[in-house]
Amino acid sequence: MVDARGYSCPIPVVMVQRAVKAENPDSLTVLVDEQVCVENVTRFANASGYKVTVTRDGEDYRMELKK
Amino acid sequence: MKKVNWLVVLAGVLVGVAALALSALGNPANMGFCIACFERDIAGTLGFHSAALVQYMRPEIIGLVLGALCMSLVKGEFRAKGGSSPATRFLLGALVMIGALVFLGCPLRMILRLGGGDLNALVALCGFACGIFVGTLFLKKGFSLKRTYTLSAAEGAILPLVLVVAGVAFVLFPALFKISTEGPGSMHAPFFIALLIAVVVGALAQRSRLCMVGGLRDAMMFKDFKLLYGFVAIFAVTVIGKLLLGGMGWGKLTPFNLGFDGQPVAHSNHVWNFLGMSLAGWGSVLLGGCPLRQLILAGEGNGDSAVTVFGMIAGAAIAHNFGLAGKAGVAAAEAVTTNAKVVLCCGFVILLVISLVNLPKAAKQKA
Repeated sequence: MVDARGYSCPIPVVMVQRAVKAENPDSLTVLVDEQVCVENVTRFANASGYKVTVTRDGEDYRMELKK
Repeated sequence: MKKVNWLVVLAGVLVGVAALALSALGNPANMGFCIACFERDIAGTLGFHSAALVQYMRPEIIGLVLGALCMSLVKGEFRAKGGSSPATRFLLGALVMIGALVFLGCPLRMILRLGGGDLNALVALCGFACGIFVGTLFLKKGFSLKRTYTLSAAEGAILPLVLVVAGVAFVLFPALFKISTEGPGSMHAPFFIALLIAVVVGALAQRSRLCMVGGLRDAMMFKDFKLLYGFVAIFAVTVIGKLLLGGMGWGKLTPFNLGFDGQPVAHSNHVWNFLGMSLAGWGSVLLGGCPLRQLILAGEGNGDSAVTVFGMIAGAAIAHNFGLAGKAGVAAAEAVTTNAKVVLCCGFVILLVISLVNLPKAAKQKA
């Protein structure tokens, strides 16, 4: 789980990049609170071989990354 | 990721066309847009510095923020927030401004200058890329100015309101302000036309997330070229526009002029052009975006970016009160003062300290 709420890009993408590099997980949950971070994390995740589903949770976005 | 993001290309094209039009309508040459120069002019018109050649209430700054504000409200992305190391951001904003003013342009004007054939901007671009690279090393180690918090909408409205009040006061009571009668500050497109153009550009920059620093940063860190397309589009449009329209004498647009010497509002001190934009690049990476992006984020309600803008205005006043800004149109050896060299070197030390103290604890012990 990467909780990047409150962080502005590119920090959330860096957090996801570090998590992917460290453990190369098959699935990863990422929490962000800006639309622009959803876009940026999705681009990075797709390029790293993950499929992304996004659900809105109040003011936050819950992103599920799956290989 | 290889897919071209056409929205950011469209935004880049529009910024390029808008910059050409603003220059044709009266803005200084290769300065259709320059966030650093325009905030410096605003600092001047408010009397924060007394450099008589660079004092004017630039409507472009007001328009960019209002355009981003309107678009973010329409798209439901307006959100007041702040609290991510505001004092550090103020200082970083001031340093980015000083670095940019040594070179005489923000990253956006650097591309416009390059598009006009000014090869001094190529030297600066190399420095800019180096500065960004150094910044990304710290990002990779976990650098962050810590998280923001949601605040009341009033916080997000501060910068737009301040700019609107300043703009209205300037139009109604111009005698209250200092206004250049010669030099770059005296050269400007008609106020309301420039304001309107900037509103449109600000709105599209908000949608496309256009950022001069983000383009190179994301390419270096994630091999993500989305934002770089915008960067390239601005350059391409400027080159084509200068070659075609500048040659035909479109308004006050100057023709394409390849070389180092005789460039408008520029100097050829390569070492300090390189170092000035290195400082601006590194500082902007730590801030999370270039001066243009800070204006757009401030329009979206980001109080930290608003503080950064205030820091940049303070930096501009410092730059002119202490003779740090590059001198245009003089020999390379005289263009950058000793004061500026000392302050730039101190600036790099300050950036290093800020970069190190904001690393996570584990990375700090290793460093």
